[in-house]
Amino acid sequence: MNGQQAIDVRGLTKSFGDKLVVDHFDISVPRGAIYGFLGPNGSGKTTTIRMLCGLLLPDAGEGTCLGFDVRRQAQSIKTQVGYMTQKFSLYEDLSIRENLDFVARMYGVRDRRTRVSSALADLGLADRAGQLAGTLSGGWKQRLALAACLIHDPQLLLLDEPTAGVDPKARRDFWDEIRRLSKAGVTVLVSTHYMDEAVQCDFITYIAYGKKLIDGPSADIPGMVGLTTWRAEGPELAALDAEIAGQPGVAQIARFGSTLHVSGVDAAALEATVRRFEARGIHRWSLQPAGLEEAFIYLMTGARDNFSRDAA
Amino acid sequence: MRMFSFSRFLAVLMKEFIQMRRDRVTFAMMIGLPIVQLMLFGFAINADPRNLPTLVELNDDGPIVRSVLAGMETSGYFDFRGVVHGPDAGEDALRQGTANFVVVIPADFERDVVRGLRPDILVAADAADPSAVGGAAAALSRIVAGAMAQTLTGPLAAAGPSPAPFGVIVHRAYNPEGRTSTNIVPGLLAIILSMTMVMITAVAIVKERERGTMEMLIATPVRPLEVMLGKILPYVLVGYVQTAVFLVAAFVVFGVPFEGTFTAFFIGFNLFILGNLALGFLISTLARNQMQAMQLSFFTILPSILLSGFMFPFAGMPGWAQGLGMAVPATHFIGLVRMVMLKGADSGDLGAEFTALGVIVLVISLAAMLRYRQTLD
Repeated sequence: MNGQQAIDVRGLTKSFGDKLVVDHFDISVPRGAIYGFLGPNGSGKTTTIRMLCGLLLPDAGEGTCLGFDVRRQAQSIKTQVGYMTQKFSLYEDLSIRENLDFVARMYGVRDRRTRVSSALADLGLADRAGQLAGTLSGGWKQRLALAACLIHDPQLLLLDEPTAGVDPKARRDFWDEIRRLSKAGVTVLVSTHYMDEAVQCDFITYIAYGKKLIDGPSADIPGMVGLTTWRAEGPELAALDAEIAGQPGVAQIARFGSTLHVSGVDAAALEATVRRFEARGIHRWSLQPAGLEEAFIYLMTGARDNFSRDAA
Repeated sequence: MRMFSFSRFLAVLMKEFIQMRRDRVTFAMMIGLPIVQLMLFGFAINADPRNLPTLVELNDDGPIVRSVLAGMETSGYFDFRGVVHGPDAGEDALRQGTANFVVVIPADFERDVVRGLRPDILVAADAADPSAVGGAAAALSRIVAGAMAQTLTGPLAAAGPSPAPFGVIVHRAYNPEGRTSTNIVPGLLAIILSMTMVMITAVAIVKERERGTMEMLIATPVRPLEVMLGKILPYVLVGYVQTAVFLVAAFVVFGVPFEGTFTAFFIGFNLFILGNLALGFLISTLARNQMQAMQLSFFTILPSILLSGFMFPFAGMPGWAQGLGMAVPATHFIGLVRMVMLKGADSGDLGAEFTALGVIVLVISLAAMLRYRQTLD
């Protein structure tokens, strides 16, 4: 087994018909890390996760997942991986206990009864164990799904947008649980759209239209994108927004509450533009350390251009 | 890594049973529908209809005419509803469907018979539906000849029918009364079994895919064979229950005999169920949603009804259609059931049927296994 890497794959490629969904994707996830998987809808996140856990056979690429070959040892990978699907995928016409029991049987969990009962107790659903899973609310379904994919104590968790449509309190509880698992040595690969979740990850990879755009420790991502951001405060930000758009050095403008963040990769040109506007004395300008959010908005804009070039 | 885990297979099986029990409507359909269909079709379908509404246009009357009409009425085929006057009235009745037959007795009929002029009685039949009037029309000449033989005696015998130089005796073996239910009921078993078996298995896998539970299922180490067997076996049991209910009803309600050996029936019946389940499984690997699965199932049901010899005689179809019919499992099973129940066949007589069913099961299962993927592609 190759020491520290839970997932180590190179050149993963998948197309459906003539549509290339994942294009030579590399990823290397250290054991025990929380790895954030970001990208717009339809960027190939779900397809990549499905290839990692053996649900889809990659067209090309190779590598290992928990030390097993992703192409030939899918069966061994499945026993060690917990996969939480984007959509609730337990049986709505089975009760909570029956669902957990079924999943436990699928993995051949030892001391199944005790394990299921303790999972029910951890969930706080011990007294509702007989209730049909279909009658649960969105937040409870998500907790049940997590409990189900943890029932066989997997070493790797693959979570596909686990918190979509879940209220903020439940999302926070969910992330507390993820961090607890990570401390216990479980590797977590989680796809998400939420920035507040992205910042909780140790590493982040961003993919768009099947291509990886960036990959690294989350603290380094803004630096890697190379954005300089200026913050403007003052009246009539909408007018400023319209006016400054397209000026030299300005790549992106984003509104944050009562401030405007103006970013660009050409720091000198951007500064010259900002100084020109500052000289008018209407807005207060200050240099702002670039954050993840700007970095991703920038990446997404770039990806869209990239896509429209493809389409043309 | 074991190729087959009995405990996982058992888990899938138990899950199916729980889901089956919770889905009350489907469960009721599986048990109740066969009974309803058997009662409905067993009693309703009649290939030799009787008491057909008949009108008479009387242009002459007398003892010979009366005896012809009485003979027709006692045959059971004709139900005289009244007398019409003039050719137009009879034609109208046929066109409007108020009568299936109009019997026209020509003027001076009695006199011409006595003179030995061999006059004609016209029976106009509504042959828009040939099978409705066919039986009655075929029986007509026999009925009339019988009636004449009784009436035209003594000096009039010369005007009556002369006997043929030899006799033809038809022996209606296995179903002497020509009862339709004796023919229909064993065939219905094949149709009802194919319908429930194919449809329910076809939907079973597609339902998992449509609800998204398939993704969870194949993310676990479960093997295709475990899923396939675990999902199919509960329905084999349903098939057993349906057949048991059916056999009892056929015997008690319709008095259909069971002349052959049960072993022969049992072997053929299991092969047939397997073939249908494999077919359902194959459909579920082809269909993308439950609607498609239902449509594809229906596609297979129609040949089972129309080409299998259930509705129409197999021997009456052109060669290419018989070839198609041979590929339909129901064809062999219907033949087999009729042979066992009516003709008293035992396993030794049914080699051809067993082989045909076995080949069909093998081919379909192979196709289904090749189509079933352990991945989502």
